[in-house]
Amino acid sequence: MSAYRRIGRTISRTIIQAVPTMLGIVILNFFLLKLAPGDAADVMAAESGSATVETMAALRERFGLDNPILVQLANYLNNLAHFSLGFSPRYGMPVADLIGQRLPGTLVLMLAALAIAIAVGLLLGSLMAAFSGRLPDRIISVVSLLFYSIPGFWIGLMLILLFSVKLGWLPSGGDSTIGSRLTGFPALLDRARYMVLPATSLALFYLAIYARLTRASMLEVKSQDFVRTARAKGVSPFVLTTRHVLRNALIPITTMAGMHFGGMLGGAVVVETVYSWPGLGRLAFEAVMARDFSVLLGILLLSSFLVIVANAAVDLLQAWIDPRIGASR
Amino acid sequence: MNSQKLGTLAGQAIDFAPQTKVERDQPAPEAPKQPRWTHIHAPDVRASVSGTAWRGMRRELKVFLGNYNALFGTAILLLVALSALLAPLLFPGDPLEMVARPFLWPGQNPAYPLGTDSMGRNVLAGIVHGARISLTVGLAATALGLTVGIAIGAVAGYFGGLIDDILVKFIEIFQTIPSFVLLVVLVAIAQPTTATVTIAIAIVSWPTVARLTRAEFRAIREKDYVQAARSLGFGHARIIFREILPNALPPLIVTSSVMVASAILMESALSFMGLGDPNRVSWGSMIGAGRDVIRTAWYLTALPGLAIVFTVLSLNLIGDGLNDALNPRFSEDR
Repeated sequence: MSAYRRIGRTISRTIIQAVPTMLGIVILNFFLLKLAPGDAADVMAAESGSATVETMAALRERFGLDNPILVQLANYLNNLAHFSLGFSPRYGMPVADLIGQRLPGTLVLMLAALAIAIAVGLLLGSLMAAFSGRLPDRIISVVSLLFYSIPGFWIGLMLILLFSVKLGWLPSGGDSTIGSRLTGFPALLDRARYMVLPATSLALFYLAIYARLTRASMLEVKSQDFVRTARAKGVSPFVLTTRHVLRNALIPITTMAGMHFGGMLGGAVVVETVYSWPGLGRLAFEAVMARDFSVLLGILLLSSFLVIVANAAVDLLQAWIDPRIGASR
Repeated sequence: MNSQKLGTLAGQAIDFAPQTKVERDQPAPEAPKQPRWTHIHAPDVRASVSGTAWRGMRRELKVFLGNYNALFGTAILLLVALSALLAPLLFPGDPLEMVARPFLWPGQNPAYPLGTDSMGRNVLAGIVHGARISLTVGLAATALGLTVGIAIGAVAGYFGGLIDDILVKFIEIFQTIPSFVLLVVLVAIAQPTTATVTIAIAIVSWPTVARLTRAEFRAIREKDYVQAARSLGFGHARIIFREILPNALPPLIVTSSVMVASAILMESALSFMGLGDPNRVSWGSMIGAGRDVIRTAWYLTALPGLAIVFTVLSLNLIGDGLNDALNPRFSEDR
């Protein structure tokens, strides 16, 4: 079977599976929105400062809030089909635009954290597998368990304390120097300096997972016949580890990385509040504080959608890396 | 955790029972077959089997007790649990009350060994009382999540077919939604109290259990002893609870200790963000309050954080130890 057909098949399977899940999430989201105290009319009345029973009723009628719940659900679905997530009175702009503004910040932060976690995790995991059972293995394994147990927001604060307050090396919050007119490479460098601490705090937890996972799957691959054959053939230990063992051990790690996308989004919520990083998480926090539920549920919906996309991407990646995956199903 | 370690652990257990000797001599895949047979409940062999089951458990206890990391974890956890239980005796009164001059550094005044915060509250009293809420929420949320997860996973895995398809879709929906974002939404909607936080954490954590239970049930459903029980005419409930569930427990026990750990982490993150019960002191809220003065009084942030780290670490160490003891094959596979 050709690679294209395999990948095409994976795409269609993924889409067929994703549609009911997405629908379920949308419906759940709708009912959560209904459960939230106060509807849009209450919010607008509170914003305007004065409202009578009549104006409230008029507002409700205008927004269709007096319709039966199923009609409201249909309207909600209709709006979503037009990519409308509602209007945020607090920010005075449509929720979709608001989220669109903040999304890139979060994605950049998450990708940086994921890159750090996978790179360092693979390195530590390979070291652990190479020294399995000996002292380096034990030390790294305890350290990784420690990383696994540290709350992201706390290590974030501790990193700020060390690198911003005590040493003064790195900025403690924000995403770029305010009012700077840097362009090109220096601007990129400036942003990178702001990203180091938040990305590291977000990465530590996942780094620990990847290190342990790499270790386990490398030990498993190492015991297989083709590795013995390669060794007998005279392949050097370094090439053996990187080309033969690590490559095959990558499959479970890509699976896990896809599964962690949602968890990382959640972690970003907390880390962004610590570093005042202008992303979705910070927006979610502000929405909670302002009790702005249309924004909050818009974020929930969009982040679930992102998770589905990420999972599909991982499926594709795996169908591409490993020919056995797409063909067997 | 790893095959080498397992080897040494099996070596330590060698003196205690003849069956472990067999285990050590043979390669790993043979070993776990032994406990598989200990749960046969055919009426005439039950008496002879129960002895083996006990010996099997003792072997697992030996493995666990031979693991220093797990023992260290247990010791820390016991300390935390003890301080949680004794908190009202050690520090009577509300830990949120002002007792001394604000910003006393640790060691400055022997009456307040860990100092006081910006409102003059005793930090040590806060940490000891905070252990109560962390452990209560962690344990209660895990118990709730386990119950729901096992029930749904068991039904899906045991019956299969259409029920399975529907339940799997349901689980998938909850697994797709980023759990911490959902948690924030739930707590924000339901007003933060200890009870709502607990329930919300259970809501976001049951899908993992359900997935795991379902996988175990699907695997065990086809085993011969389940077929035997079915042919003896046992009902579904009996087969689920007496035949399959006991055999599906080891991975669930391991998961539950990790679940308590992550529930504690989630609770602390929530209360750090100001979404915890405002009337109770918790480690997360102490960090949240200390955050504003991190430049001048960093101990207010560092100390409660260390309490979280040690508690969560102890639970993870116990989880690892349980994994090595209960699931040698399972841990090797990963």
